[in-house]
Amino acid sequence: MTGSILFEAIVFLLGAIVCVSVAKRLGLSSVLGYLLAGVLIGPYVFGFIGNEGEDILHFAEFGVVMMLFLIGLEIEPKNFWKMRKTILGMGGVQVAGTMLLSYFLFILFDFDWKVALTFSMAVALSSTAIALQTIKEKGLLNTTFGASSFSILLFQDIIVIFMLGALPLLANTDKKVVENHSEKANLLQNLPLGLQTLAILVSVVLIVVAGRYLIVPMLRKVAKTGVRELLIAAALLIVFGISFLMELVGLSPALGAFLGGVVLSNSEFKHELESTLEPFKNLLLGLFFMAVGASINFIVIAKSPLTVGGILLAVIGLKALVLFITASFFKLKLNQKILLTFSLAQVGEFAFVLLSFAFSLNILKQDQLDIMLVVTALTMTVTPIIGIINERVILPRLGTKESIKRPTDHIAKSQKIILVGFGHFGSTIGRFLRTHGVEATILDHDSNRVDFLRKMGFDVYYGDATRTDLLESAGIAEANILICAMDNPDVIKKLAKTVKSNYPQVKLMVRAKSRYAAYEFLNMEIDHIYRESLETSLKLASEVLSQMGFRKYTLQRQIQNFIKYDEDSIRRLAKEKKIGDDNYIFKARKELEQQEKLLEQDFKRGIVEFDRHWDGEQIRAALEENIEK
Amino acid sequence: MKKVLVLFAHPKFEKSRANAALVDKIKNKEGVTFHDLYECYPDFNIDVEVEKKLLLEHDIIVWHHPFYWYSCPPLMKQWIDMVLEFGWAYGPNGNALQGKKSLNVITTGGSRAVYCETGTNSFSVNEFLRPFEQTANLCGMLYFPPFAVMGTHKVAQEILNDYAQQYDKLLDLLQQNMAVTDVSGFYFLNDIPQLNT
Repeated sequence: MTGSILFEAIVFLLGAIVCVSVAKRLGLSSVLGYLLAGVLIGPYVFGFIGNEGEDILHFAEFGVVMMLFLIGLEIEPKNFWKMRKTILGMGGVQVAGTMLLSYFLFILFDFDWKVALTFSMAVALSSTAIALQTIKEKGLLNTTFGASSFSILLFQDIIVIFMLGALPLLANTDKKVVENHSEKANLLQNLPLGLQTLAILVSVVLIVVAGRYLIVPMLRKVAKTGVRELLIAAALLIVFGISFLMELVGLSPALGAFLGGVVLSNSEFKHELESTLEPFKNLLLGLFFMAVGASINFIVIAKSPLTVGGILLAVIGLKALVLFITASFFKLKLNQKILLTFSLAQVGEFAFVLLSFAFSLNILKQDQLDIMLVVTALTMTVTPIIGIINERVILPRLGTKESIKRPTDHIAKSQKIILVGFGHFGSTIGRFLRTHGVEATILDHDSNRVDFLRKMGFDVYYGDATRTDLLESAGIAEANILICAMDNPDVIKKLAKTVKSNYPQVKLMVRAKSRYAAYEFLNMEIDHIYRESLETSLKLASEVLSQMGFRKYTLQRQIQNFIKYDEDSIRRLAKEKKIGDDNYIFKARKELEQQEKLLEQDFKRGIVEFDRHWDGEQIRAALEENIEK
Repeated sequence: MKKVLVLFAHPKFEKSRANAALVDKIKNKEGVTFHDLYECYPDFNIDVEVEKKLLLEHDIIVWHHPFYWYSCPPLMKQWIDMVLEFGWAYGPNGNALQGKKSLNVITTGGSRAVYCETGTNSFSVNEFLRPFEQTANLCGMLYFPPFAVMGTHKVAQEILNDYAQQYDKLLDLLQQNMAVTDVSGFYFLNDIPQLNT
């Protein structure tokens, strides 16, 4: 097709919009949509883009780069230290186990030991991009499974530095530079091998030092100008700059970005950078997934389908086995184990980096590279599909089985209240109810928590509350009240919709994370809405005023007045217009407008002066007026 | 020296001129514990144990409050209901407060003239305060006539200051062992000669 950048951009965007919309409509993850879009527009189906996948990947890697930068930002060294046992433990066992087993596997497939070692390194790394995206999309980051996955992925992101450092030691010394890679010349290639390893470590140190003494001072200067877009520019400059430098020395740009993120995580710009890059990240990550899809080389598959298929199955099986054993070591519950097993069983984006690097070092031959690249892309494509099978077929059986296995006591039978979600919000409710002798049936999707709660004698069901069969087994048909205390407003919305249409007798009481969630619930005609931050923020504000010398009892009354007044206002405003779209920039602006409007209303109504009880001043003023007349 | 506990209840202290003058005067007085109920318990959740301990530590209990609708503000009634427990303050073995002195210090919007048989309020302040008097009796406490600042809506600031002065002197006298018999025959403690010299 035409080589115009605009044309390619249109193809990418259109592919994404169509495929992701369809995937979402079918209830599939967006990752799968992107991957399919990539396959469709790629060189082997419609052939809109790319003659060879690698070129596309190269550009699209920016999504991964940004994601790793953002992950890096989230890891303050302090927190990292707190999690070190899980990270080193789970990550270490997983990487070591996978490398060991896959090394023998590839030897069995008759590869040279150096090739087998390189492959096993690549295989040990899962895809942070795919796994995290899926976990976040399902809102499972706070579960045991989510935290374990994050730890393992983090360990991999760090260990890859050492792998890249070690690769030059494996390089074949007999042949020097490969001609077909001269265009991507990097500074390292001409160095002796021992020095290459050293250079890699030096560049890592350089990033750390530059981050502290160059980037942060630069950001401070930029921030002083007060021009917001300059900070966006600076954020992009950091990411692109680090990536470019890393590439210059022949290292993975994603890795450099990750390190850069870690270095900046202690700076005051952490959150600013995070919110600035977030919108770019998701789209570019989508681009990356599309590129992965497009890079599935169907010619290689057609040439040696058995080898590719064999390696694909073996790799996934082997990774799954190691993950399952690792999770067992760390005593995860069965369903969390299975979730972990299937969501990390793919080969990740770093494999592209490792393999290409190994190729440029002459460790791998062209056909070996091609096969492994295809296998990597295929494992990434298969992951979301396995995830769906797991979610729809395997987990429901496990979940239901567990709740049937549990002896149903008499309380469960007469249960009238169901509480969904036992996180920080729900647990407070559950505990408070219990101290009043009211036992609610609890539903939660973290089986470790479920297990703990059962030990504490709570009546608990494990699983996804949006599944009707689970709701039924929890006794929704006889329930009077359903408390939705989950974190994610979208999940609550889904659940509320199901319950409203199937069990209209159940009174819904829902947690609203924000004003906007509250508007949506009100428009769904749910009347009992509990905005989670309302009371606490007012409590805080009143403490401030108390410190300033305002009377506590007056403040207590004002809090109650404010809540009443705000409940009225939210009901009025919910009718006004549709708010709460997910568009980042618009949303921020809308939020400001909204706040302005509210403050203006507060002022007009004079709610602070609204409380005139016991006010001697008023009586005196009225009396004086009388005398004057 | 006897110790005085001033139990103060005013839901809107920040708007009260009369009580500001009175409280300012005695708040940091030696031997006096000023205990602001609405500040301590804005949610009406009274800590009964703390209150009992305070009562035991003092010899003279002052119910200091504005006179609203012929009675005390709701938190003070809540205090009475919660703290003066059966078996502790009254009833069998309920003698924790035995022999302690007690009195009301009140502010009223209406003048002394409207609180009498022929006035708009038909009864005297003392008659309205009967529930306090009997509460004290039941708990075995010695009940003094009230100290009252009346007509607060119209009273001038200088006069309020005089009242504050009197309040201060009154607490001195109580601390120096003034007995109920010393003031019998007076409707208000304001009228005793010791405060008016």
